Amino acid sequence: MHVPDGFLNAPTSVATGAVAAAGVAIALRKAQGELDERTAPLAGLTAAFVFAVQMLNFPVGVGTSGHLMGGALAAVLVGPWTAVLCLSVVLLVQGLLFADGGLTALGTNISLIGITTVVVGWVVTRAVLAVLPKRPASVVPASAVGALISVPVAALVFVLLFAFGGEASLSLGALTASMLGWHTLIGIGEAVITGLTVSAVVAVRPDLVHAARGLRPALQLKQADGTLAPAPAPEPEPVGAASRGSVKPLLIGGGVVALALAGIVSFFASSNPDGLEYVAEGEGFLDRARDHAFGDFALADYGEVGGIPVGVAGILGVAVVVAVGVVLFRLVAGKSRPAGAAAGSRQENAVR
Amino acid sequence: MSGGHGHGHSLYRVGDSPVHRLPAHVKVLALLAFVLVVVATPREQYWAFGVYALLLAGVAGVAAVPAGVIVRRMVVEVPFVVFALLMPIVSQGPRVDVLGLSLSEHGLLTGWNILAKGTLGVVASILLAATTSERGLLLGLQKLRVPDRLVEIASFMIRYADVVAADMRRMRIARESRGFEARHLGHVRVVAQGAGALFVRSYERGERVHLAMLSRGYAGAMPLTSVAAATRTDWLRAAALPLAAAVVALTAVLA
Repeated sequence: MHVPDGFLNAPTSVATGAVAAAGVAIALRKAQGELDERTAPLAGLTAAFVFAVQMLNFPVGVGTSGHLMGGALAAVLVGPWTAVLCLSVVLLVQGLLFADGGLTALGTNISLIGITTVVVGWVVTRAVLAVLPKRPASVVPASAVGALISVPVAALVFVLLFAFGGEASLSLGALTASMLGWHTLIGIGEAVITGLTVSAVVAVRPDLVHAARGLRPALQLKQADGTLAPAPAPEPEPVGAASRGSVKPLLIGGGVVALALAGIVSFFASSNPDGLEYVAEGEGFLDRARDHAFGDFALADYGEVGGIPVGVAGILGVAVVVAVGVVLFRLVAGKSRPAGAAAGSRQENAVR
Repeated sequence: MSGGHGHGHSLYRVGDSPVHRLPAHVKVLALLAFVLVVVATPREQYWAFGVYALLLAGVAGVAAVPAGVIVRRMVVEVPFVVFALLMPIVSQGPRVDVLGLSLSEHGLLTGWNILAKGTLGVVASILLAATTSERGLLLGLQKLRVPDRLVEIASFMIRYADVVAADMRRMRIARESRGFEARHLGHVRVVAQGAGALFVRSYERGERVHLAMLSRGYAGAMPLTSVAAATRTDWLRAAALPLAAAVVALTAVLA
């Protein structure tokens, strides 16, 4: 899934580089809230873990083997912001030291694997958790669904990038179909491994699973007369940042996903009703591109001309959906959050 | 993403060539500029890519990196070579017959484009990794204003990648010595439990590392032990590659 140099044209590479830099900058600031001053060693070790786990091959079928990408897994285990940092560092090291993924494509790779899979995996996991019973074991199916969806969504974002700055004249429909098909399969593998891995960690150290924070029942003490009573609240922790930052990633991530989807759906809307015309246009463009010194940039233009007006409508639609979502989220959060989350996270600190 | 990971120490080839002596941040910038020039070169100018390859061969010669090493490490590009080879078959547009196969003209061009630019990028990165120590590379990143926190995470990752990989290897040996072998998809559960255990071990190791750092006076930032300063000569030497490439690219665009 690593994108090499020359896959996307220079402007797209620079643009995704900017997106990646902004994403990592935000993650750097937010990760402090997840791991405080322990960020460097813990994120470093988690990055080494992701790096190692990507080497863990499992047989898929005849002669082929797959391996984990780890975006959703890292998000569930250490929290989305730290996970973005870990995955970005893994990609940076792979690009610089292992020539795995091109240097000009580093931004693209970070945007796709480091940010998209992590954010989608996290948002979906939280969404599924919201409807499941509030106990640590719920994290297992939730993380599996998160991993399942994160992979094809990253593939779709790749198709979108390819539509704007790809160096090929593939039919977008065919590319979308094949990317989606393959990556849904990969996603199933990712989901199975992520779920099983998370379940193994939840069984041993549930306090280490970031997504399971606040899901553990409050500590009950058995009194002398045999009745159960809630344990007295422990002294306030000096660093109480555990339950922070659960709303914003959801909002930002959801927005990104929705915008990406809106773009893709609008592409379908514009190209599918008239496939023949689309192909003809593609060929007409080919004739032009050959006279043009910068064929790549002409293709970028082509994508914009076709996509923007529809895309704007899509973005407006997303804005409405986001507004509705925010209201809904506030309602749900207002009901479940204050007592459970705060008390739960304090218990977890005590356990640790 | 291939099996080549985890041999961190063998990537850097100790040497004392002019390329080895250049400060890492200068080299990273030169590499980035070179690859950008390559990516921006119009694909129809086939000769330009040949010249780029010669330039890289020249750098490899100066750095005394044997061709065999470069070729062996080029395995990482196998997945996208497959993709590039598929392009002529799945692309649209006018078709030509090559050896009885109906191939898309534009697809051939695209496949060539991905193959040429991707390969040049991979070889350039291999040269950087072969002539720059990991420690130097991290210092170079710091010098390039990559946020300290990110550099710290990267340095911990590089430091412990081998440790974690060795941990994983021991767990595999333990599984295999008990007669387990992952043969089909049903065995994925065992492998995943291994991954879970590996995470717990890695995270706990991180906690111990942090405590060890605290007890040695860590106060939130790693001390900078050495600063590699770049002289004007360094910059000029490193600029030779991207400048030569830029001349080629300009000629190619104007041709």
